[in-house]
Amino acid sequence: MGTARAKPTSKAESGAKKVRFSTHPTSDKIYYVFSGIILTSILIAVAYPLIYVLSASFSSGTAVSSGQVLLWPVDISLEGYQAVFKNKDILRSYGNTFLYTILGTFINVTVVMTCAYALSRPGLRGRNFFMILFTFTMFFSGGLIPFYMLMRNLHLIDTMWAMVLPGALSVYNMIIARTFIQSSIPGELVEATSMDGCSDIRFFFSFVLPLSKAVIAVITLFSAVGHWNAYFNALMYLNDRSLYPLQVILREILIMNQVDVSMIMDPELQQANVQAAAVLKYALIVVATLPILCVYPFIQKYFVKGVMIGSLKG
Amino acid sequence: MRSQPLPSGRAKNGSKKSIRSGWQLYLFLLPAVVYIVIFAYVPMAGVQIAFKEYDFTKGIWGSEWVGLDNFSRFFESYQFWTIIRNTLLLSLYSLVISFPLPILFALVLNSFIGQKFKKIVQSVSYMPHFISTVVIVGMLVQIFNPRTGAFGSLYTFFTGNVMPDAFANPDLFPHLYVWSGIWQGIGWSSIIYIAALSSVDEHLHEAAQIDGASRLQRVRHIDFPSILPTATIMLILAVGNLMDIGFEKVFLMQNDLNLSSSEVISTYVYKVGLTIGAGDFSFATAIGLFNSVINFVLLIIVNFAAKRMGNASLW
Repeated sequence: MGTARAKPTSKAESGAKKVRFSTHPTSDKIYYVFSGIILTSILIAVAYPLIYVLSASFSSGTAVSSGQVLLWPVDISLEGYQAVFKNKDILRSYGNTFLYTILGTFINVTVVMTCAYALSRPGLRGRNFFMILFTFTMFFSGGLIPFYMLMRNLHLIDTMWAMVLPGALSVYNMIIARTFIQSSIPGELVEATSMDGCSDIRFFFSFVLPLSKAVIAVITLFSAVGHWNAYFNALMYLNDRSLYPLQVILREILIMNQVDVSMIMDPELQQANVQAAAVLKYALIVVATLPILCVYPFIQKYFVKGVMIGSLKG
Repeated sequence: MRSQPLPSGRAKNGSKKSIRSGWQLYLFLLPAVVYIVIFAYVPMAGVQIAFKEYDFTKGIWGSEWVGLDNFSRFFESYQFWTIIRNTLLLSLYSLVISFPLPILFALVLNSFIGQKFKKIVQSVSYMPHFISTVVIVGMLVQIFNPRTGAFGSLYTFFTGNVMPDAFANPDLFPHLYVWSGIWQGIGWSSIIYIAALSSVDEHLHEAAQIDGASRLQRVRHIDFPSILPTATIMLILAVGNLMDIGFEKVFLMQNDLNLSSSEVISTYVYKVGLTIGAGDFSFATAIGLFNSVINFVLLIIVNFAAKRMGNASLW
């Protein structure tokens, strides 16, 4: 990888030595200063909204609704979070999302890995046929309405399977997995084990799976994030409120402003309710996104390296 | 079938005789094939209702053929040009802005010194990609809230007035849409370019330095050409998706007030097909099909053009 250059070490073999900033030519120094400004601006532009949301979530309702929060929490309080955990809709949808994510990811990984394994075997008859069968769907699809009709005919509308089954096979992921298996399982291993009488099934479980940890990790992560963030399927195929995933509830609260501001006549109480609604939104954003951010370091570790390696291998 | 495992995996007659081509492999294929046939190919067969007048009492097969009626109805509808214009405007605007920016970002980031800082910037930059669309739009709505949002507060601070609602203004819609997309995607899209840049030969840079090239010159003449193949492929894919403005984000950002800018093909299909009373399935399917075909044609054209110009292409 090119990190030999990116990380100047003092080892002679890398060929790059640590160069002090002051020894760069002037034109380079100007370039670095400008670059630094650009990068810092981007850093601030990306980080500020995230920090703002976090700070607002820990502020009091009054502070948020009067627009006092600019960077740091004002009037630190947990009322936003308290409101989140009191809301039954939120809690139930959180649970639903956990279920859909775990089940959906498991299905995804299973379908993708089994298919990729089968297609990676050189001896598979009709291999080209299957490849075309799968890749054609990347370019053509029936569209929204025919798909909806299918879901209806299969009686999947208003069931949890509507969240978990569509998208079970991502052809894109499957191709990546297949390439990975092909390039990391040596042919000699296949021959040696087959001569010893190892069946396809046994080979899969004993060799392919343990050796494919990296690609399984990547697919798992992305599949999980995808399921966690999914709302389109719910919007289309779910009408029963008790099945709603987190994102649908989020939409109601964050975008459609449908917080539980019940018919309170008392203006003071109403005011308090509106203020609570404002902080609730920020706290809700944090609570909804937290699991993803926990997963984030793993993504860094596995995926970014994977992309680097993948792109080098072409 | 497993009687004679041959070392090269090839039989004497030249055909790819299996090392093992047992029935077990087909078992492995089964889930995927069943899934794809049911969830991808069956709907494809359903596309035919675009050419019919779908009547749910008669089903797909019983409904009458009406040829291109649904399509001409779409072309002649008073909303046709607005929808096409909105879709194209958002696409082109997105493309022109969000295609070069990740490339520039990757070039600047890659050429910078200061490892820790680079890592921090990079890691932070692709965090937004993992945030869900709903939360992104939710954050956008909150930040632009005239009274409580960050922008609202700043506006009031500088002008003393309450900011007008940004989401009620059709003219602002494209900007909100595109720039929030950039905020979310610039870091993530740059990964593929950073990966390409990291494989640039060390020695090229050293040789250039010895020849007296400045950092800027090195970026222009070494880094930039090395990512051109990747960039070309990405451009082909982007143009191929030109008419394919995603449903989710636009739908979330839409409201009755900005509809003149925010109604695009995909949201219109949804409205026509699945919301207004008993939706007109045929009509909606026809529009969807129209969209798919245009995308496909665009993809072929751009790929052809790329090939002609001697650059990398998809096929």
